[in-house]
Amino acid sequence: MDDAPSQKPRRRFRQAFWDEPLLSEIGRKGRLGFIVPEDPKIKEWAKAKGGQPLVPQALRRSGDTPLPELSELQVLRHFNRLSQMNFSVETGMYPLGSCTMKYNPKVSEAIASSPKMREAHPLQHDSTVQGLLQVFYELSGMLCEITGMKRFALSTAAGAQGEFAGVLMIRKYLRDNGRGDRKEILVADSAHGTNPASAAMAGFEVVKVPSDESGLVKIEAVKAKLTPRTAGMMLTVPNTLGLFEPDVSEISKAVHDAGGMMYYDGANMNALLGKARPGDMGFDVVHLNLHKTFATPHGGGGPGAGPVGASGELEDYLPVPMVEKSGEEYRLDYARPKSIGRLKGFYANSAILLRAYSYIRLLGADGLDNVSSLAVLGANYLLSKLNTQGYSIPVGGGIRRKHEAIVSVRGGHGGAGKIAKALLDYGVHSPTVYFPLTVEEALMIEPTETETIESLDDYAEVLNSLFEKLKAGELEDEPKNTSVGRIDEVKASHPLTLKVKW
Amino acid sequence: MVEAHPFLPNLEDETIERMLKQVKASSVADLFSDIPEGLRLKRKLAIPDGQGEAIVRRELHARLGKNKTPPDQLCFLGGGVYPHYIPAAVDSILSRQEFYTAYTPYQPEISQGMLQALFEYQSMMCDLLGMQVCNSSMYDWSSAAGEAVRMASRVKGRGTVLFAKSIGEGRLEVIKTYAEPMGVKLQPVEFDTKTGGIDLVSLKSKLAAAGGDVAALYLENPNVFGVIEERVDGAIEMVHAAGGLAIVGVNPISLSVLRDPGGYGADVAVGEGQPLGVPMNFGGPHMGIFAVKDIGLARSMPGRLIGMTTTKDGSEKAFCMVLQTREQHIRREAATSNICTNQALLALAAATYMSLLGKNGFKRLGEVNLANSHYAAERIGELHGVRAPLFTGPFFGEFTVGYERRKAPWVFAELAKRGVMGGYPLTQHFTQIGEAGSFCVTEVHSSADIGRLVDALGEVV
Repeated sequence: MDDAPSQKPRRRFRQAFWDEPLLSEIGRKGRLGFIVPEDPKIKEWAKAKGGQPLVPQALRRSGDTPLPELSELQVLRHFNRLSQMNFSVETGMYPLGSCTMKYNPKVSEAIASSPKMREAHPLQHDSTVQGLLQVFYELSGMLCEITGMKRFALSTAAGAQGEFAGVLMIRKYLRDNGRGDRKEILVADSAHGTNPASAAMAGFEVVKVPSDESGLVKIEAVKAKLTPRTAGMMLTVPNTLGLFEPDVSEISKAVHDAGGMMYYDGANMNALLGKARPGDMGFDVVHLNLHKTFATPHGGGGPGAGPVGASGELEDYLPVPMVEKSGEEYRLDYARPKSIGRLKGFYANSAILLRAYSYIRLLGADGLDNVSSLAVLGANYLLSKLNTQGYSIPVGGGIRRKHEAIVSVRGGHGGAGKIAKALLDYGVHSPTVYFPLTVEEALMIEPTETETIESLDDYAEVLNSLFEKLKAGELEDEPKNTSVGRIDEVKASHPLTLKVKW
Repeated sequence: MVEAHPFLPNLEDETIERMLKQVKASSVADLFSDIPEGLRLKRKLAIPDGQGEAIVRRELHARLGKNKTPPDQLCFLGGGVYPHYIPAAVDSILSRQEFYTAYTPYQPEISQGMLQALFEYQSMMCDLLGMQVCNSSMYDWSSAAGEAVRMASRVKGRGTVLFAKSIGEGRLEVIKTYAEPMGVKLQPVEFDTKTGGIDLVSLKSKLAAAGGDVAALYLENPNVFGVIEERVDGAIEMVHAAGGLAIVGVNPISLSVLRDPGGYGADVAVGEGQPLGVPMNFGGPHMGIFAVKDIGLARSMPGRLIGMTTTKDGSEKAFCMVLQTREQHIRREAATSNICTNQALLALAAATYMSLLGKNGFKRLGEVNLANSHYAAERIGELHGVRAPLFTGPFFGEFTVGYERRKAPWVFAELAKRGVMGGYPLTQHFTQIGEAGSFCVTEVHSSADIGRLVDALGEVV
């Protein structure tokens, strides 16, 4: 290798392709991949019953169970081959904006795979899960410290469920305080789609607050939307454009003065760890995405966990159960009369909580502070490496980006989409595209602190070279190095094929 | 001089200097100078200093060591989370980082593996349930039930939903939370205290009382008592006659031997995917099943759907997300639900699990669960001071035991002291059945385990 810093972008990737049939197309009569354990004594007992059915015939399934017949190795090969046709954080850079695709520590996986975790039943007596309840109690305290909230409930299963819980808390609190007629929730036009969807689910009307030309929610814009029907406002800080909202304290004050409550969407908390806290900005309720900021794996779409924190005013409204400590004993407390109730059938996504706790312990106070420093430095570094002839920085004026950078691909005509597909050919994932909706031809890039400077350089180089190709009209039918070429998404809906028959 | 960290490759003075120079910042603090002075945290977070993985692992293993789990403490608890053996091959697939460190397949060309696996999950689950469309997962059974109730009210434009009283407490609580903001009135339908099955007389009167406003009936089969609903066909016919939807909640393992919900007329099937290869994990992550019988309803359902298509040039089969215009990232406040992150990895677990057991293994599993639970019920029934099973209706996997002399919470606590977790108290929520607890027996329990349970119970009751 010579040491010339940048020649042409690396193109060292060809994703595996297996012409892998559907499970329904493979297999042979009589095969199976697992032997069900049978107890000889019980088998004898059943035999002695003389074929007397344990369930009336009329209630039984008629015919075969509709499942394939495969050997254990066949099953493993099938899914292992599929895994080779899936891109992931441990394969390459995955800067999907607002998703915080950072490294997920292996040791957290090892800890969560303990049978003492896996085999704990959620209905078992509190006295038999003291170790775990202690972890959750401490985690709740740490999340309070990180966000400046008074109390955290850990039970909500994902960010969107946390949002739903949060707006329900606002609703119930307002009702209990004679303000139940307030039906409007303010949401910035740059907000994640989950915000308006959560507010609507909780029975609110959504009032859109426009961002200004710099991408910020200004106090004047908020004030213009405040009415005696305002229940509150949902705000993401830094916002989805990667900008810290400078008016946030004034906004909180104005919303409070108008009789509403403030909701903090914590999807972008990775930018602020140890730097600033939503509680200090005047927020009353907060959710965090543990699968983003606290490094639990995204699972190909889930699971995550979306704990909810509350200020003193809203504390009593948090979803149940909560972990309480009395003396040296920990217990799950359901008896909280003002609570909005339950959102999960059984306690929480406990194994995700355990991983998040492990992550916080691995980094500690200084480590978390370094996380946000380096996440922000990395995003700004990558942004600074982009050719401004190709990528405009549409908003923010001279304000620093935080953990993610939004650029607009110049020239229109679906350039962002074409570049996103072409990126895949270089063994990196594309940014989030066409979001936020307020930016044309948007690429939303969140590299995270776990990427090396070399991969940031590489990503910028690829992006710059792709703009040249775009300009030259060379990006039309990418990607070519992925398992399959460009997919016909229109045909996927006409006709719809959502299953196959066995 | 900063100290290096395995997760923070750029945490090194020279690299930081270089990056700062490139971004024209004088210091890292400079990058945060736009945060108003009054909002900057000027102290260190009050959380413990970081530790290397060896120390964190040792400490957490010690903490977890305090948990009592099998074999020291046998688990006969169910209620919606069930102890089942997880084949090693399932864990092997789930530990593939290509799956678990990916996210939602927004770029399908590079994510075909997860997309195909989820499509196969949808296909197998549809056939098991007798449904046409199954989404690629919800958070858990309870939220799936809550969303189903909301969907029914929305599509029917009606404000009342009936629920069988014999459903799990967690599901009911979550349904209440989900339904309340829509103003949906929830009305209970009684169960027959002898058989444990749904009471059709009560259903009839609730339907009549609602006067054409019933959007749906939600029932579980088997229900919280473990009882298989013998009159489910009649119940569903009555709801349909009133113009409502039938939503049925299931434990998918039971479908190894029992009729599928589609077969007896359900319009929506929900359930808990945890028994299909997912650890109990003290409550999660688990996986909600959500399926509909009618393709028309698919356009109103929540959650991600994977469809099969081809590449643009038509040369290869391919998969991608479909009907996304229902979802929050496109439809925002008009979306069918706010769900974004789901439980995809656990749908993969279920797909792997169902593939391994296959046609014959899955059926065998059901037969073994039936036999083991009936054996245990019979043995417990030989004890004095109990009625086991309490109900006369047929049961699968779980059954209810009535106590003649003892309080149910006391029995539950005393069993725990004797190394057995079981007899989850039902009395508090079902006062009409007297003192009673629920027991779940599956293929993980040997006759010796059941013997331990019977001995412990014998000492207690």
